[in-house]
Amino acid sequence: MRDRLLFAAQLVFTLLVAAFLIVPALLSMLAGVTANYFRGISSGLTLDWVLQVWDLYADTILRSFEIAFATLACTLVIGVPAAYALHARGDRLARLIEEIITLPLAIPGLAIALALLLTYGGFGDFRRSWSFILVGHVVFTLPFMVRSVMAVLGQIDVRTLDESAASLGASPWRRFRDVIVPNATPGILAGSLMVVTLSLGEFNLTWMLHTPLTKTLPVGLADSYASMRLEVASAYTLVFFVMIIPLLVAMQLIGRRNGRPGTARA
Amino acid sequence: MSRATFVWLCLLPLAVVTVAFFVLPMARLVATGSTGPSGVAAYAAILTEPRYRATLINTVVLAAATTAATLAIATVSGLFLQRQRFAGRPILIAMLTFPLAFPGVVVGFMIILLAGRQGLIGDLSSRLFGEKLVLAYSMQGLFLGYLYFSIPRVILTIMAGVEKLDPRLEEAARSLGAGPWAVHRDVILPALVPAFVASGAIAFATAMGAFGTAFTLATNIDVLPMLIYTEFTLSANIAMAAALSVGLGLVAWAMLALGRTVSGGAVAAAG
Repeated sequence: MRDRLLFAAQLVFTLLVAAFLIVPALLSMLAGVTANYFRGISSGLTLDWVLQVWDLYADTILRSFEIAFATLACTLVIGVPAAYALHARGDRLARLIEEIITLPLAIPGLAIALALLLTYGGFGDFRRSWSFILVGHVVFTLPFMVRSVMAVLGQIDVRTLDESAASLGASPWRRFRDVIVPNATPGILAGSLMVVTLSLGEFNLTWMLHTPLTKTLPVGLADSYASMRLEVASAYTLVFFVMIIPLLVAMQLIGRRNGRPGTARA
Repeated sequence: MSRATFVWLCLLPLAVVTVAFFVLPMARLVATGSTGPSGVAAYAAILTEPRYRATLINTVVLAAATTAATLAIATVSGLFLQRQRFAGRPILIAMLTFPLAFPGVVVGFMIILLAGRQGLIGDLSSRLFGEKLVLAYSMQGLFLGYLYFSIPRVILTIMAGVEKLDPRLEEAARSLGAGPWAVHRDVILPALVPAFVASGAIAFATAMGAFGTAFTLATNIDVLPMLIYTEFTLSANIAMAAALSVGLGLVAWAMLALGRTVSGGAVAAAG
C-alpha cells in the first residue's frame, strides 16, 4: 500500500514536470494554426499564419539552412582530420589543444561574439556578409565534431588499423581516407547532426553578429516574439519545430546505437 | 610524407581557425576590458561598482536557485524513471527530453505562452481567483525559463547516474535494517553526487551566461548577460562590456571546470 502510494506520488510529480515542458510547446503549435488564439480553437484552424511567416521570413529560414550546411562543411573539413591527429598524438599538447578548442562551450556566446566584433568588426565586407555569422558558428560547433569523432576513435583500435595499413604500403592520406574515416563514421554522423542542430538554433552569438541583411531563423524568431501577433510568432516557432524535430529524433536514435544519449546545447 | 608530418598537417586547419577566430579575439576582448577611462580597474569595478555588483549578485542568486530547483526536480523524476517500469514510460522520457534542442529564445517564448499576458497560468488564475497571474516578464519568468532549459539535460545525467549505481550496496543497507529513507539518504544520494555536480555545473553556467531567454522575456531583467548587452549596444560602453564578459566567461568556465574535475566527465554549458 505504502509503495503504491509512493509510486503514484512520483508518477504524478513526473507527469507534472512533463506537462510543464510539453504543454507550452503544444500551445505554440496550436496557436500557430488557430485563426484567433485569444478566442480559442473555436475560431477555426488555418494555415494563413504559416503562409504569412513564409512571406515575411522565408529569407531567414533559407539563410539558416545555408549557414548550417556551410558550418557542417567547415567542421567536417577542419574537425575530422583534427580529431584523428589529436587522437594519434594523444600527448600533453593534444590535450592542451583539446582544452582550448573546448573553451567556446564554457564561455557564453555573448562574450565570444563581442570578441569577434572587436577584432573583425572593422572589416566591412566580412562584417556585412553571412560568413561573419558562419565563423561564429564554426568556432562554437567545432568542439562537438572533434569530440564526437574522438569518442569513436577511442573505442576502436585505430593504431593497429593504421599501422597494418601502413605496413601494406598505404600513404598517410590513403590511410586517413580509406581506414580512419570509414571507421569513424558513427562519430562523424553524430557530430554532423549535432552541428546542424546547434547551428540552426544558435542565437547568443548570432544576435550580436547579424546585420539587418543577414538575419537567421532564431534572430527572426526573437524579432517576431517582440513585434508580431502571437499567432505569427507561434507559426514561426512551428516552422522551427518542424525543422528541428527530425534532427533531434535522428540524434536520439544514433545516440542509442552508439550507446550514449545525445545531448545538445542551444 | 611521414606520418608525423601528416598528423601536423591534419592539425593545421584547426590551429589556423582557432587562433584567428577564437584565441586572438579573446585576447583582444581581455585587452579591451582595460581600455576604458578607469583602465585595468574596470575589472575590479565588477565587484566594487554598486550597480554591477547588484547585477552580479542577482545573476548568481538566480543561477543558484535554478540549479537547486532543477536538481531537486530532476532527482525525483530521474530516480523514478530509471527505477520503475510501467506502460508509457518511454513516451514520458521522450516528453521530458524533447526540449533539449530548443534555443534560449524559443524557451523564452514557451514561458510567455505559459505565464505571459495571454498565457495559460494567467488564464487559469483569472478564472479561479479572478486575478491574472503574469510571471513571464521578470526574474520569476527567467527562473521558469532556465528550469525549462535545464530539466531535460539534468534528468538525462541523473538517469545515467542511477543506472550505474550498484544495487548490492542498497541490498546490503536494507539487510542491515535501513529503511527506504535511510537507504536514499545514506546510499543512493551520496553515490549520485558526481552526477549532481556535473549536471548542476551545466545548469549553473547556463543560467549565468544565457542570453536568449532573458532577451525574449524582457530587456530590463537585471542579469549579467543583459547588462553586457545594454552596455555594448545602448551605452556604447565597449570597454566595460568587454570587462564584464571576461568576468562572466571566467565564472562560467570555472564552474564547468569544477564540475568536470569532480565528475571526471565532459560537460558543456548551454545558452
